[in-house]
Amino acid sequence: MGEELKVIVFALGSEEYGVEVDKVKTIERMLPITRVPKTPPFIKGVVNLRGVVTPVMDLRGRFGLPETEYTDQTRIIIVSVKDMEVGMIVDAANDVLDVDSDHIEDPPEVVGGIKAKYLRGVAKLGGDRLLVMLNLEEVLNKQEIIQLEEFEEAQSGNA
Amino acid sequence: MDTNQYLSMFIEESREHLQAMNDHLLQLENEPDDIDIVNRIFRSAHTLKGMSATMGFEDLAALTHQMENVLDLNRSGKLAMNEDILDTLFLCLDALESMVNDIVNGGTGQLDVSGIVAKLKAIESGEQAPAAAGTSAAPQAGAGSLDQYQLSILKQSMQSDHQAFHIHVALREDCMLKAARAYMVFGALEQNGEIIKSTPSVEDIEQEKFERSFSVYYVSRLSKDDVAAMIGDISEIEKVDVKQLDEAALQELERGASQAARKETAAASAAVKAAPGAAEAGQAARKTAAPVAGRTIRVDIERLDVLMNLFSELLIDRVRLESIAAEIRRADLTETVEHMARVSSDLQNIVMKLRMVPVETVFNRFPRMVRDLAKSLDKKIDLIITGADTELDRTVIDEIGDPLVHLLRNAVDHGIDSPEERIKAGKPETGTVHLRAFHSGNSVFIEIEDDGRGIRRDKVLDKAIKNGIISAEQADTMSDEDVYQLLFASGFSTAEKISDVSGRGVGLDVVRAKITALGGAVTVRSELGKGTVFSVQLPLTVSIINAMLIRIAGEKYAIPLSSILETAVIRDEDIRRVHGNTFVSFREHVVPLVFLREVFECPEPKDGGKSEPDDEYPVVVVRKGDKMAAVVVDELIGQQEIVLKSLGKYLTNLFAISGATILGDGQVALIVDTNALVK
Repeated sequence: MGEELKVIVFALGSEEYGVEVDKVKTIERMLPITRVPKTPPFIKGVVNLRGVVTPVMDLRGRFGLPETEYTDQTRIIIVSVKDMEVGMIVDAANDVLDVDSDHIEDPPEVVGGIKAKYLRGVAKLGGDRLLVMLNLEEVLNKQEIIQLEEFEEAQSGNA
Repeated sequence: MDTNQYLSMFIEESREHLQAMNDHLLQLENEPDDIDIVNRIFRSAHTLKGMSATMGFEDLAALTHQMENVLDLNRSGKLAMNEDILDTLFLCLDALESMVNDIVNGGTGQLDVSGIVAKLKAIESGEQAPAAAGTSAAPQAGAGSLDQYQLSILKQSMQSDHQAFHIHVALREDCMLKAARAYMVFGALEQNGEIIKSTPSVEDIEQEKFERSFSVYYVSRLSKDDVAAMIGDISEIEKVDVKQLDEAALQELERGASQAARKETAAASAAVKAAPGAAEAGQAARKTAAPVAGRTIRVDIERLDVLMNLFSELLIDRVRLESIAAEIRRADLTETVEHMARVSSDLQNIVMKLRMVPVETVFNRFPRMVRDLAKSLDKKIDLIITGADTELDRTVIDEIGDPLVHLLRNAVDHGIDSPEERIKAGKPETGTVHLRAFHSGNSVFIEIEDDGRGIRRDKVLDKAIKNGIISAEQADTMSDEDVYQLLFASGFSTAEKISDVSGRGVGLDVVRAKITALGGAVTVRSELGKGTVFSVQLPLTVSIINAMLIRIAGEKYAIPLSSILETAVIRDEDIRRVHGNTFVSFREHVVPLVFLREVFECPEPKDGGKSEPDDEYPVVVVRKGDKMAAVVVDELIGQQEIVLKSLGKYLTNLFAISGATILGDGQVALIVDTNALVK
């Protein structure tokens, strides 16, 4: 019997993801976003969160998934990692579940190069439900963003 | 005992006590016989000792304990204050401060203070300035000398049928509990006489800070043999050496101590005559000036920030309520909303004031700094501080300290002349530096005025020309004010040699940069031979700036007014295209054009609004140093006071964006850093 982790469950499309509760500050409805120029495309801009200017990113964009229209269900999950506060736009945020750390398996190797890095593992919940556990530090990793930009520049130079 | 929760309290309070001790010690320097001040210092040291001991900071507690001993001797009249003792006490305060700083940074507050402790012990036992480092209070046999007081006790006791002894006790090597053994020896001695002095001291013995032996000056009716036997009876005693002291021995001891003591007594007796008068006057003045303990609460800065944020939210809702009330037109609703508006205005003023802190917190370390500096430069300087209760925004207070330190050091180093020069010039030997703070209009002024040499215009010009900052022709047309401003140019310094204090030429330009970054300005007035005034002007609140709101393709941005030279509208025909770059002629300058819409890659507005303007372009002409640029926007919305908000730690290295603000409708608008747009 491993540790019991309390996890916030949210959805991107038909897939469900989990983030540990202690890293989540708040979950908000969609807020008006002010664009910040010259940032990677998945960084949508900043929002006014009770007087604090907070950056938000579209998680679909971050994972290389196609972006969709925002609906009533769309939520912004504000997480706090290494005293950075960032909001993540997700399609829906429904549940809080207890996950046993023993039930978390390593993520499958294949699943499209970039995506695998952000995953800590896959949790099997009852009844065929799979929960992808996110590695928030990787999601918020800026080093990689810089490399991405340099990579893209090199690409456009060659093209 | 979990002390962590008390740690921040401990740090705050010890800093307060250290500051108080510093201030009082400075006062004591000018009035060395005022026992009242000594009592205050003693109380602070005592409280500090208690706190440190409770928190487990032994070195702190030990050092303050030593200070207490010296202070105690002074306040009970057994030891007169002199420069050496004061200097040592100042050194103590420095050591204590660095220990506290260590604790603040997560350390244990340990510090090797054996040198200072040795000095203190030496003072305590009546010796004057100890020799070079390394003379730790040697707890060896017979090394401790006696002061006059102790000697006189010994003498008196001998006259009244007691014997005086010097006893040296050595414990067995395998003795486990040395302190306990020593305690038993002391106990036995005390039952049969009086211990005049022990070497090492009683506290050290209690803490087992001795090798195997200790010695005692003792007075008793018992005979020498009886004393020896009594101690020998105690187990684990290796050796007991009892020496009976007679007149001759005493005299020798006396001679040794008296050389040191003589100076003290001479000083003491001379001081004693002058003391009563001075002390009374000092005390009378002091009573009226006794600090009024303000009733205050310590508040976490973060809480204040949260409070301010929540409050701005409230303001936005208030505006909305006001407009809804106007639409609905219900009398009672309108009335209630109006009342709420008045109350929230008052609240707003109070909340803004919460961030204001008196400059005193910055000023209070200056007296000590000026004193040390003046001493090291062999100058006599009086620092007069006025308006320390003037209040500044908290963020300004944090930043203004360093520039002020630099300006003060300049005043002391370059400004004030040496005592000889001053006497020759017919000025009083002691120079004066005024540090003033006051409100005027919407600003706070901090002035540093000295009555020293004044600034030599020709020297400044020469240096500036030599360093290529200006040309010789320009020099002739410059007003005195302009010349003094040259001092703030980088790489400038008129000091002949680089001292530890100044002359490196990296100071004043940083000072000006910092002050400008705070939204302020610094000006200089000077008169040769009479003195100089550096005047720093700061805005009352720093996180609010004036900005020009602009719109580009549906997005709003703010440009700080301080970067803007002018706004204008230019026409298509004014635009020149050269080499693929666009320029416009503006007031006899050729200024590059920056199309902000392109630079910021603004998307077309969704509602199909006016995307492509006619042939007229509103521009904002900005400058960076002496370069300019004309920034093309879609619309100039208007000038507004905005509150600066940080973008947080995630978004760094943004191009041409320096921060954000929240507009009246709750939307975030980015603040443009025009420096990045000017090449």
